[in-house]
Amino acid sequence: MKKYLNNIWLGIYTVLIGMKITFVHLFAKNVTVQYPNKHPLDKAGGDKMPMNARNRIFNDMELCNGCNGCARACPVNCITVETLKVVPGDAPPLKNGEKRGLWVTNYTIDFAKCCFCGLCIDPCPTEAIKMTTEFEYSQYDRGNLLYKFSKMTDEQIKQKKELLANFTAEKAKKEAEAKKAAEQAKAAEAPKPETGDGK
Amino acid sequence: MEHQILTFYDWVAKLSSSELVALILIVTLPLVFLIVYALVAILGELKISAFIQERLGPMRTGPWGIIQPVAEVVKLLQKEDITPDAANKPLFNMAPFLMFTAAYAGFAVIPFSSHFVPAGINLGLFYIFAMGSLAVIGLVMGGWASNNKYSLLGALRSVAQIVSYEIPAAIVILSIVVLASSMNLQVINANQGGWFWNWYVFGGPGSIWKLLVIPFTFGMFLLYLIASLAETNRTPFDIPEGESEIVAGYHTEYSGMKFAMFFFAEYANMFVVAALLSILFFGGWNSPFGDFMNGPIWGVFWFISKSFFFVFVQIWLRWTLPRLRVDQLMGVSWKVMTPVAFLCFFAVGLWAMLK
Repeated sequence: MKKYLNNIWLGIYTVLIGMKITFVHLFAKNVTVQYPNKHPLDKAGGDKMPMNARNRIFNDMELCNGCNGCARACPVNCITVETLKVVPGDAPPLKNGEKRGLWVTNYTIDFAKCCFCGLCIDPCPTEAIKMTTEFEYSQYDRGNLLYKFSKMTDEQIKQKKELLANFTAEKAKKEAEAKKAAEQAKAAEAPKPETGDGK
Repeated sequence: MEHQILTFYDWVAKLSSSELVALILIVTLPLVFLIVYALVAILGELKISAFIQERLGPMRTGPWGIIQPVAEVVKLLQKEDITPDAANKPLFNMAPFLMFTAAYAGFAVIPFSSHFVPAGINLGLFYIFAMGSLAVIGLVMGGWASNNKYSLLGALRSVAQIVSYEIPAAIVILSIVVLASSMNLQVINANQGGWFWNWYVFGGPGSIWKLLVIPFTFGMFLLYLIASLAETNRTPFDIPEGESEIVAGYHTEYSGMKFAMFFFAEYANMFVVAALLSILFFGGWNSPFGDFMNGPIWGVFWFISKSFFFVFVQIWLRWTLPRLRVDQLMGVSWKVMTPVAFLCFFAVGLWAMLK
């Protein structure tokens, strides 16, 4: 009986709490921005964009180290990253002072595919990729939605490729020489009887 | 009624020296009021729901979107009127109009003012309650004739719900009849004249001993508020519609004007139960402050503001509470409301005998 009455009381009391909450919200400030009339970023719009607003994504190439983490995180595969190894001493460091290990020759986001989930933003180690507040970028041609962030020209890419090819060739040569030298040294040492290992 | 007053009907008949003009006027006035009220209530529902969710609601049609309901009615009028092939056509076409007629018939006895009531019959309370129950027939008819499993489920649920909730509602109404010793809504209103402590929610007129009966009358008010929500199929008791479970319940197959009729009937029913709440418990057309702003014209103002307040409460509750489960719904009615209503009836009956 006590439980029964208590349940009735709780039922009425909790409904009143709910009604109080909705009544407070009835007079709270509305969050809607009358968009085409007022732009959310204008002073006249009166409001800033919410913290979690999802808009066009921007990648800062001065920060991007080409790790490909964003492209792997992307559920719709709209990010394409192509990279080239850097010859030591050739590249300027990243904006945050880290050593640049890769030239990003191609960094493309296809906003016709992008679903604005924001999953690419979390894995970025240098915080290069982030949301902007830009959302008005409709195009008549779908191809125009292909945003290329890498500013490297074809000539530069060709140059860097050559540089890398030369470097690798030189390195290979050096390695081959070193190997040869080591083999020769080994060969010189080979006649000695095997005693040191104790086998 | 013993004391004969010059009613609106007599007044118009005298002015135009024709009973017919008065008759037509007195029949059309509630209909005009109902249509205007339905538009206001639809806008109110849209706007209040928007404000509770911190949105703005409709803003494009007219200044602040105030002609949005007109646009919606025009849209519904333009839509194709579809009757399913497998439906039982006469029943299917009749159901929405029956439901609206039942809702509108309730307006016949609603006293808008001390001098204006379309039909001041002595069984007003009984009549309005009967008409409220008639709505369920339209509902079942629509659900059955649609030949659609969701419609039928909605109709079945609504029957179970309305039959259950009419019992506590009827007992509460019976208790008010015991208090007022009349079923004439004008007499019930007139009994509650004077200051607001004479309202039946505060035990009606009486000596200081009425403090004993106030908990029961207030409980009756709560019971009738809850039961009226169930009878008009409003949230939290909107399981006959339950759009997340059974599409739209009994009006799944309806489109165009027939759907609009269901829509209007719901809003008309909302006003009828709100009006009944204000008449039975809050003095109807009486001013809360004695003779201050009291009179036939002010009576209309008081009556409509009180009724609109309860319509607002219904809308407010709709955007506060989630829908009840079917077994919870039945549990609330049979395990809680019916026994409490009997208790209140007993207490009020005892009070009416001893006072």
